[in-house]
Amino acid sequence: MHHSLPLVWRRIPERYNLIGCKCETCGTPYFPDRKICPKCRRKGKLVKQKMPKTGTLYSFTRVHAAPSGFEHESPYWLGIVELGNGVRILSQIVDSPEEKVVIGASVTMVFRRIYADAEEGIIAYGYKFKTI
Amino acid sequence: MRKVSVIGVGLTKFGEHWEKSFRELAVEAGARALADARLEGGKIQALFGASMSSGRLVGQEHVGALLVDQLGLTPIPAIRCEAACASGGVAMRAAWFAVASGAYDIVAVGGIEKMTDVSTEDVATALGGAGDQEWELFNGATFPSIYALMARRHMHDYGTTEEQMASVAVKNHANAAKNPYAQYQKEITLEQALKAPLVSSPLKLFDCSPITDGAAVAILAAHEVANIYCEQPIEIAASAQASDTLALASRASLTEMRATKIAAKEAFKQAGLEPKNIDLAEVHDCFTIGEIMAIEDLGFFEKGQGGPATEAGRTALGAEISVNTSGGLKGKGHPVGATGIAQICEIVAQLRGQAGARQLHGAEVGLTHNVGGSGGTAVVHILKKT
Ligand SMILES: [Zn+2]
Repeated sequence: MHHSLPLVWRRIPERYNLIGCKCETCGTPYFPDRKICPKCRRKGKLVKQKMPKTGTLYSFTRVHAAPSGFEHESPYWLGIVELGNGVRILSQIVDSPEEKVVIGASVTMVFRRIYADAEEGIIAYGYKFKTI
Repeated sequence: MRKVSVIGVGLTKFGEHWEKSFRELAVEAGARALADARLEGGKIQALFGASMSSGRLVGQEHVGALLVDQLGLTPIPAIRCEAACASGGVAMRAAWFAVASGAYDIVAVGGIEKMTDVSTEDVATALGGAGDQEWELFNGATFPSIYALMARRHMHDYGTTEEQMASVAVKNHANAAKNPYAQYQKEITLEQALKAPLVSSPLKLFDCSPITDGAAVAILAAHEVANIYCEQPIEIAASAQASDTLALASRASLTEMRATKIAAKEAFKQAGLEPKNIDLAEVHDCFTIGEIMAIEDLGFFEKGQGGPATEAGRTALGAEISVNTSGGLKGKGHPVGATGIAQICEIVAQLRGQAGARQLHGAEVGLTHNVGGSGGTAVVHILKKT
């Protein structure tokens, strides 16, 4: 599934720099950005916050049947990373030797091309993670 | 709320129907349900339709009106319900509300998906929409990969094995082989399942439900009129539903579905029953790990014991609890919008003693569990003999 230019452009702060948010009322960090804190709702006050760029691998899989736009990368690693502040995000895991892709592995964010859309000519960039 | 019963059910065969259109499948299931209820179409007062992605898969939206039109039921009101793979379950619940509230005495609920008219890639894209478009699909996640992430963590936390997951597929194919409506009519071996090509590690081909065409329809009636039409009305003892975050990474746990646990708790409370009272369950096994998590989250087994219980045969037909006697999504097939209603059809057939070669003897109470996406929606119904 490929995304229109505005769809890609709107998410640049989050995807390039891991800008999420934090609720000043209860202290909970969120990524991606939210407009309402699910814990505090009306009493919550969300402010932008940069997420830590390192964490540990919480779960992983190797995708063999790739969706359109990712065929040339198949097979590739996909993981759920638990960042230093406890927030979990889904990301591709790249530049990592297979034996290091295990639950609990230390990982750090890298900036990469996510996909290139041949039809619309959009190249989408964002975060991926690699083992340290 | 009034008591509501199912008075008729109808299914098409599940599989690849290249010769039949979306609307033909819907009419086939609808006509069977009406005949089963021994009901004149004119008695139906409203229709609840379910389809996840007809717009992407066959280019057809406005499915509620289409069903009413093609079933010859105009001018009764119709709506389409969508909750990804739980579309059928939420439509069932909407239909239940409509009768339980007293607004209508008799309604129809129908689910349909026609998935084989487009390429496998287009199906994957359509199904991917059940997840989080901006934070899962964008990053290269597929629907199987999301369940694979759950499986890997479940293996890590509870020691669940690939053999245990494969044993879910072996059991469900064995049940499907006894179900003439199922897509797969052949048993598979553990070895076959374990040697199948990887889709998204650790999930292999036989850990994944197939692409399927099919439709399912049920007729619901207020309990006080149900006996007029039907000798064996099946009571809906509970209808419950819960939601969770769309994206898997945003959830507190990868190894349980909170929406399932909450919906189940509410359903058991409504019915005044406990997990041990359930004779058979149709659970959402879109992937084998899904069944393992479901039988834990529904309270049939302790957390972490779903895999060992399946491997030990405790969920086989006629065992402690018979899980997915129809063959489940894995063996019967998974025409997404139809699945939630097809689960109801199976429980009704079993409780009426009409399940043929896969009949569970002495079945009194059955449960259905229908999940949308990776757990963003869960719907639980409990049905019992009256
Ligand atoms: Zn808060």
